[in-house]
Amino acid sequence: MANSPPAIEVQCLTKVYKTTRAVDGIDLALAPGSITGLLGGNGAGKTTTIAMIMGLVTPTSGSVRVLGAEMPRQRYRVLHRMNFESPYVDMPMRLTVRQNLKVFGLIYAVPDVNERIKEIAAQLDLLDFLDRPAGKLSAGQKTRVALAKALLNRPDILLLDEPTASLDPDTADWVRGRLEDYRLEHSATVLLASHNMVEVERLCDRVIIMKRGRIEDDAPPAVLLARYGRDTLEEVFLDVARGRAHVQEAAQ
Amino acid sequence: MNARAASAGGLSARRIGAMVLRYWYLLRSSWPRMLELIYWPAVQMFMWGFLQLYISTNAGFFARAGATFIGAVLLWDILFRGQLGFSISFLEEMWARNMGNLMISPLRPVEFIAALMIMSLIRLAIGMVPVSLLAIAFFGFNLYGLGLALAAFFVNLILTSWSIGILVSGLVLRNGMGAESLAWTFMFIMLPLTCVYYPVAVLPAFMHPIAWALPPTYVFEGMRALLIEHTFRLDLMLEALGLNVVLFAAMSATFVALLASARRNGSLMQTGE
Repeated sequence: MANSPPAIEVQCLTKVYKTTRAVDGIDLALAPGSITGLLGGNGAGKTTTIAMIMGLVTPTSGSVRVLGAEMPRQRYRVLHRMNFESPYVDMPMRLTVRQNLKVFGLIYAVPDVNERIKEIAAQLDLLDFLDRPAGKLSAGQKTRVALAKALLNRPDILLLDEPTASLDPDTADWVRGRLEDYRLEHSATVLLASHNMVEVERLCDRVIIMKRGRIEDDAPPAVLLARYGRDTLEEVFLDVARGRAHVQEAAQ
Repeated sequence: MNARAASAGGLSARRIGAMVLRYWYLLRSSWPRMLELIYWPAVQMFMWGFLQLYISTNAGFFARAGATFIGAVLLWDILFRGQLGFSISFLEEMWARNMGNLMISPLRPVEFIAALMIMSLIRLAIGMVPVSLLAIAFFGFNLYGLGLALAAFFVNLILTSWSIGILVSGLVLRNGMGAESLAWTFMFIMLPLTCVYYPVAVLPAFMHPIAWALPPTYVFEGMRALLIEHTFRLDLMLEALGLNVVLFAAMSATFVALLASARRNGSLMQTGE
């Protein structure tokens, strides 16, 4: 795996909206099968970075390569091998869960889509409300449905934007468990933007911290804790957010 | 090469079918949506039908020309409802906040547009077929009696409606839901300019070039020639078709440019106002 080309490779990536530099010349390379947390405060550039990786936003400069395809120019070479989940993007409310999954299954050319829907519904505990309109579901159920859509095509690249936002701790923990299972079973590359430090600490083998469009730090969670002399990633996050970065290193 | 890879390589009937299925699920789940398709065309047809009955009691030109009103309203509805059917299906994605899911999927813009065109035909058929049958039952006006001319009228009107639908969709993608009202109102500029209910000659001379630059003008003039003079003007239909091809190509290119602009300014990430 160490010699494999990166699943996602970003070089000098910049996005400027009028006068705002949302992303400012970042570089990163994600190894196949890795799970990386993208941390940062509001406006740090996480969502814009993910949007450029998906081909949803055209970079002002720099490049994004996903599974070897240059984004967004060559996006149709790889979009069928990617998927995305965010609580800020909905599924059509009047369609039932089954209808929604069927439509996306056909769009992603999922083989034997009806069987796949049954399989994923069983895995994500959706069987009881498979024929209920998506708009009549609770927040937790909607997140599970969105996750089912994101995993329906067995993506090699999974992009998640705050996947457990607004969920109760029990449901959030359950969702994290399913993500871990999926990553282990499929060796998928996962990039996870989150404000939830517990989630990042549990799931991620690498953490990238962004601030004002730039990468402030990039290391495995344990290394970050040691580097900042902190016990939790939340404390590390606050150090970075409040400009107290590398306090320990400076003291030493 | 597996099915997924093959499908990812080019245009896919399966993905177009998936989107048509998505809109069909939506339509059949909501009786108000279904009713809306028939309600307004029926109201308009009755209003103009009764007006036609009234003026046909007079002798002279209007007695002969009376059928042009009901013919015009039915053809206008093809134009207006065709565009609305296209645009509403598109807006359903914006209202459902589903555009992000579609834009990061393998669905290509041309497949999305093709699905919207098919849905526009389906919605039009659901609305117009019952209304055209009511026109026969109540006023003795048989739209289908126009025969091949109806096919020529229909092709030209639906092509224009799709062109406008494509433009409006691009504007909404680029500018967000603030541009939604265009979907409902844009076509009405065509109502006076394309001379739906009166001949082009009625317009002031300086407006004639504007009217003749719009393909539906040829259709409505052709309809009047058929109903009043019993002459099918093939020349008008061919000119309309030529203009429609140019208009469709121009609007498609504009849509592509607006979509690229939306990717640049990040508006695909924010599908609200």
